[in-house]
Amino acid sequence: MSQLSNFTKGFLRENPVFVLLLGMCPTLGTTTSAINGMGMGLATTFVLAMSNVVISLIAGLIPAKVRIPSFIVVIAAFVTVIDLAMAGFLPALHSQLGLFIPLIVVNCIVLGRAEAFASKNGVLPSLIDGLGMGLGFTFALTLLGATRELLGSGAIFGFKFISGDGILVFVLAPGAFFALGFLILIMNKLAKKQS
Amino acid sequence: MEYIIIVISAIFVNNIVLSQFLGVCPFLGVSNKVQTSMGMAGAVTFVMTIATIVTYMLQNFILVPLGIGYMQTVAFILVIAALVQMVEIILKKVSPSLYQALGIFLPLITTNCAVLGVALLAVQKDLPLMQSVVFAIANAIGFGFALVTFAGIREALDLVDIPKPMRGAPIALLTAGILALAFMGFAGIV
Amino acid sequence: MAKESTFSNMTLTLLVITLLSSAVLGFVYELTKEPIRKAQEAKINTAISNVLPEFDNQPSAEATEVQYDGGTLVFYNATKGGEKVGTAVKTFSNNGFGGLIELMVGFNADGTIHGIDVVSHKETPGLGDKMETSKSGFSVQFQGVNPEDFKIRVKKDGGDVDAITASTISSRAYCDAVQRAYNALKEGGK
Repeated sequence: MSQLSNFTKGFLRENPVFVLLLGMCPTLGTTTSAINGMGMGLATTFVLAMSNVVISLIAGLIPAKVRIPSFIVVIAAFVTVIDLAMAGFLPALHSQLGLFIPLIVVNCIVLGRAEAFASKNGVLPSLIDGLGMGLGFTFALTLLGATRELLGSGAIFGFKFISGDGILVFVLAPGAFFALGFLILIMNKLAKKQS
Repeated sequence: MEYIIIVISAIFVNNIVLSQFLGVCPFLGVSNKVQTSMGMAGAVTFVMTIATIVTYMLQNFILVPLGIGYMQTVAFILVIAALVQMVEIILKKVSPSLYQALGIFLPLITTNCAVLGVALLAVQKDLPLMQSVVFAIANAIGFGFALVTFAGIREALDLVDIPKPMRGAPIALLTAGILALAFMGFAGIV
Repeated sequence: MAKESTFSNMTLTLLVITLLSSAVLGFVYELTKEPIRKAQEAKINTAISNVLPEFDNQPSAEATEVQYDGGTLVFYNATKGGEKVGTAVKTFSNNGFGGLIELMVGFNADGTIHGIDVVSHKETPGLGDKMETSKSGFSVQFQGVNPEDFKIRVKKDGGDVDAITASTISSRAYCDAVQRAYNALKEGGK
């Protein structure tokens, strides 16, 4: 597989959210606005890329039975790094995302890529895979966040397009399920047309 | 009184799956059959309660006294991973029948964010030990309640002719949305 | 590719990895300690100067913490030219739609409210977050009122406060926090 398609696969063909349905908790929980979704996506991208690199380096040295615990420790360390960094430099976003930052550690995408890709590939492909998957995740979260923000409060990234209050339910909990359900529905429909 | 508020708020008002979005992966993943979802709910209740007790001890007797609160995420997830393995081994020896029922769900629980989420929430809210335990059990019941209800609806959906592009994830998510809408009716009762 | 697992090399690997990550985290923690403290301090200081009339002392340097209603309230006294101009009270409510809400309420020396700022909240964006001063004029109605003759409750509950549209719960919690600050200030006699 070429490096380019290795990078782009995360956006559509193997998009972690729309196609693989991984990482649902942060996807639904943090996408009340486009900026929150993007912030969460980028934080996850950082963890994904860094842990992929480290794991591809050390995978050969780890005994098979402690593979998963070792990976989890590496991932948890990077999660704490981004948690501390955001608390220091982006306090507003940090308090908005709250609990979901430490919870990156149990995001199935991160451990999934470590296990399925990084542990079997070299450093460079693993980095690219991590970045591609992470940005695909970011893309999905930003899209979902923008959709919910637009429908719910008539704005995207805080810029108001439509006056008035919008369809309130979309910024509330049920709206997360509705918006994601319809986005996947549209994706399915488009994918079928193509093939 | 305080305990009752914790319980009602965790099960209905701030349902862990439908309003806090923790544990959505197993919620969508193992909710095809009422039978399996009950097994999953049982396993989660078991692990969540023990994990909250252990992480409470860890936080208050090790991390805080040593001033290394920043190791929280690493320490908690390691403890939960180890705990899940231990529960699996013990269950296999002590109660093979229970292991039969819960066994296959246990490995899935390590990456169930509801378990880590509840442990972190209990510590964040600074609850004393007894309240933490009640909080964990109540949240586990809330998880099980949402999961079993959802599985019941999905079993019925299996018999319905759903438009092709809606099959699978979309219809599941829309159903979950309507369920979440119903749970919003509980907002404000505590 | 992966090596054979023996007890000693498993323990060793886990030990080394855990030690290495602790070392890295300790380093990052030291690095971010200052910015985190500064960010929190800046937030408090901005909030104080937003809600009080002009002052020339350092209110955050002489804060008094008071245990009240199961939580901590913080009093910041502001003076100008040695004369007292007001008190900012950092107050809280646990009844928000998303849980904890922290407000900074500024009282003039005569007990009227000068201004209110939100320190932290987890309310829904587009709805409850309109309590932020930058997002709507909700907080303006509190300016200059004296809680003695202005009932700090939403109109639905028989008070004088216009609630945020579709966010009665958030508005109630906001009022709850303001009332708590006023009660504590009165009882504290400061």
